Amino acid sequence: MKTYDIVIIGGGPAGLAAAVSARKQGEESIVILERDKELGGILNQCIHNGFGLHTFQEELTGPEYAARFMKQVEELGIEYRLNTMVVEISSDKVVTAMSRRDGMYQIRAKALILAMGCRERARGALNIPGYRPAGIYSAGTAQRLVNKEGFMPGRKVVILGSGDIGLIMARRMTLEGAEVKVVAELMPYSGGLKRNIVQCLDDYDIPLKLSHTVIDIKGKERVEGIVLAEVDETNRPIPGTEEFYECDTLLLSVGLIPENELSAQMGIALSNVTSGPVVDESLETNLDGVFACGNVLHVHDLVDFVSEEAATAGKNAACYVKNERMKSGISIPIKAENGVRYTVPSRIDPERMEEKQIVRFRVGKVYKNCRICAFLDGEQIISRKRPVVAPGEMEQVILKKEWFEQPPECTDGSGHELIIRIEE
Amino acid sequence: MYDVVIIGAGVSGSSIARELSRYQVNVCVLEKEEDVCCGTSKANSGIVHAGYDAEPGSLMAKLNVQGNKMMESLSKELDFSFARTGSFVVCTEEENIPKLEALQKRGIKNGVENLQILGKEEALAMEPNLSEDTVAVLYAPTAGIVCPFGLNIAMAENAAVNGVSFFFDTKVETIERMRLAEHPGTSELSENEKAGFQIKTSRGTFEAKYIVNAAGVYADRFHNMVSEKKIKITPRKGEYFLLDKSAGKHVSRTIFALPGKYGKGVLVSQTVHGNLLVGPTATDLDDKEGNYTTADGLAEIREKSGNCVKNIPLRSVITSFAGLRAHEEGHEFLIGELEDVPGFIDCAGIESPGLTSAPAIGKMVAGILKEKMDLKEDPNFQGTRKGILDPSRLSLEEHNELIQKNPAYGNMICRCEMISEGEILDAIHRPLGAKSLDGIKRRTRAGMGRCQSGFCSPRTMEILSRELKVPMEELTKSGGGSKLITGHSKEIYQGEDAE
Amino acid sequence: MERKELICIGCPMGCPVTVEMNGENVVSVTGNTCPRGERYARKEVTDPTRIVTSTVKVRGGAELLVPVKTKEDIPKGKIFECMKALTGVEVSAPIGIGDVIISDVAGTGVDIVATKEVRSVGKAD
Repeated sequence: MKTYDIVIIGGGPAGLAAAVSARKQGEESIVILERDKELGGILNQCIHNGFGLHTFQEELTGPEYAARFMKQVEELGIEYRLNTMVVEISSDKVVTAMSRRDGMYQIRAKALILAMGCRERARGALNIPGYRPAGIYSAGTAQRLVNKEGFMPGRKVVILGSGDIGLIMARRMTLEGAEVKVVAELMPYSGGLKRNIVQCLDDYDIPLKLSHTVIDIKGKERVEGIVLAEVDETNRPIPGTEEFYECDTLLLSVGLIPENELSAQMGIALSNVTSGPVVDESLETNLDGVFACGNVLHVHDLVDFVSEEAATAGKNAACYVKNERMKSGISIPIKAENGVRYTVPSRIDPERMEEKQIVRFRVGKVYKNCRICAFLDGEQIISRKRPVVAPGEMEQVILKKEWFEQPPECTDGSGHELIIRIEE
Repeated sequence: MYDVVIIGAGVSGSSIARELSRYQVNVCVLEKEEDVCCGTSKANSGIVHAGYDAEPGSLMAKLNVQGNKMMESLSKELDFSFARTGSFVVCTEEENIPKLEALQKRGIKNGVENLQILGKEEALAMEPNLSEDTVAVLYAPTAGIVCPFGLNIAMAENAAVNGVSFFFDTKVETIERMRLAEHPGTSELSENEKAGFQIKTSRGTFEAKYIVNAAGVYADRFHNMVSEKKIKITPRKGEYFLLDKSAGKHVSRTIFALPGKYGKGVLVSQTVHGNLLVGPTATDLDDKEGNYTTADGLAEIREKSGNCVKNIPLRSVITSFAGLRAHEEGHEFLIGELEDVPGFIDCAGIESPGLTSAPAIGKMVAGILKEKMDLKEDPNFQGTRKGILDPSRLSLEEHNELIQKNPAYGNMICRCEMISEGEILDAIHRPLGAKSLDGIKRRTRAGMGRCQSGFCSPRTMEILSRELKVPMEELTKSGGGSKLITGHSKEIYQGEDAE
Repeated sequence: MERKELICIGCPMGCPVTVEMNGENVVSVTGNTCPRGERYARKEVTDPTRIVTSTVKVRGGAELLVPVKTKEDIPKGKIFECMKALTGVEVSAPIGIGDVIISDVAGTGVDIVATKEVRSVGKAD
């Protein structure tokens, strides 16, 4: 069985950035396993612009952003295997993979980086009643059909869900020749970036109906229409608000779920909130030497942050292989409170942490004129004013290592308390 | 002229076709949909009932117990998924224990073996997620689960291999007795029944000496076309939740609720593929095509699901669906030749336990026809069939060998169910092969997993298009007007005058 | 004096920006957190522009389509004309990032360029 120092599962933006970062730490033995016929992952079908301002200080399209990292992977001579599906990973880091060319085989990893990305929530999870005709697509599937194959999944379209993919697809379908009748959003706020509402909906006069959902799908063979209704505060449809929209297509952009079936199988502890692995400051999971980054860890809005996070995972995996930066044994749990739904990481080793440790999180609802606060052992260490925070936009705080230099006596971390919360 | 025309390629029609294919007889099956297993047979609980439910002495009771006994050997002959997992009927109210005992007695009368009544402790030891309100359960170790598609498709494929012709997208419009004058050569056949039938369909006219009416919820329509003694089949809708495989081990047997103060409950069962199934509801409809889910129906399942089984992880629902049972007013299978229409054989009112009974129904109807026509066995009958290879059952070495031999097995198409191009090609090219996305799904499970075909559908469509030489725009989800693609990007700009 | 409320699309932050106008003239821009916001706001109220992205067909390539974009932003009013200009266009592989697919699209003076590399297949390149 061939052994690599680092095996990276997934060659999308997370996997690529992790590989580049690990190589830059001097790590020679790396392989990326990618199930598609090319590297780049979902970026290849995200042909719109808006990527990379943070990383490259210019606005790129998805394929251009991916190409920048692919170029580095090539230049650094990092090995990758395409058309390769990982079917199983054992808890001692033996990866079983298959491809047309190489058949079914196993490789052993000293360190493993999980970068499998996420999948779209499907109709079933929403329990939308009605028939099950052709013409119901998740937004990402429609995006692939249009942008990679040049096919139109429909002519008259209703979109449920105002996440970024839904908004981007509203514009794409319009540009490519369909009529987008409405975008409906269950929540009283959009799940997408504000600028996407401007440039994808407002530019094309596509209405956005907040607090609305699809309550019936008409048409036995192909979608013939949908019924939209307003919902109350408990998300229940309000009788009398039903409205029929004639359409042949319903696109769903109702959330992304980290793809962690392999992780769960190998015994990695997952968070109930993010559906991603529970990780410490090094993005290491409960299994030694197994790291996670990108959308498999928690769903991001911006690929730039995926790349940044993945670079951290890559660096830490390289350190792990070289037995550098060992765990101190102290692990301070981060408590997400009052509006903060979760944090990544959720534990901090004060010795292993970065000089400036980024902690990312999402809030549970829209807060206006609030403060993002952090408390260490009861003492306020951060209080940052924000005009508005929303569930659709990931937030972060930066913890300085110096704050943790004189920790209280107990060494199991239980004596410490680190809290991140929203204060109104 | 066919000796026998079977209307309907559901599980009953396919079973009858397969049983008839043992004999030297010219049989065809007419199906209005594009594939086998498109009506009642595709949307049900997939339970192989033990047989304690039906009234002793009824045809339902007899065929249920017979069908149950046949299922295991049939599953080996025809290579479909079946597991004898057993079932519980759960009683949660002390005062209803006599009802549970009555059910046991009825089962014994029907010939169901090994029925036992268990106390709460014993039951919970076997099924730890049973409700704490459990008082007693009726345990039927002979009950089981089957893949409803697998059973139906296997029987149809085997019938086709043995010479039965299947005509799809062929909707029967009228059935008439032929006048003898139209068949001068058969004038000596003075008996009415030898005159046969003329069947007009959406795809031309068929002639048959015998008709088998296995048309599910439409069986009354065809029956009433020829008979004066009218019957009525009511579509009785059942709605279901299918949960992710992560929830599949929540119970290991099929858990029914003993009807009690909550009315008729819903069942909770593992499926043969390891998912968890919860349902069905029961709503009578007029619309024979009304297999849509409803907000009320789904709410009812949610509400009732916890009555007998606790902590069902309903957030793991991956899809909901509805099926229509072919409910006949007398709640009995109507199987046999019509008294007033010799040559016309009903197979109507086949609702639960119809799936379990299917193998026995096939035998029974074929038996009737064998006697009428004095059929001789076909020495070339091939009674076994190999299903689509399931590489997940192979060892790593065997799996590797398979891919080396046929690289299509190394190209993963459905990541949720782990279905490769190899299985999909097999599904397309075998007898009565798949022509649509749903056809692929029923044969291979590609698209049936947690992402519900979001990932694999474009890939499966490419394969279908390439293999069947059908343009992408013509491909369907399930035949008819269920086209998946409406055209090409930017085509609305074509033909516009340049400014 | 006229006030216009905008959301800046210059970056993912989406700052709410207020523009005060006197007829055609911008008097003030407030609410932006960076110079990009002011630039965007001034343009948006006088001459709004957008980057347009789409795909064109590829002949002899490893992919059916190549994604493309306008190299710079073009007037909003020209978006659909730009899409029309892309209709029916077919290019031959190999294609490199930045290759000009159409020059001066829809009279905007802006080129359409490829945003992805597409290798050719079937012959050595």
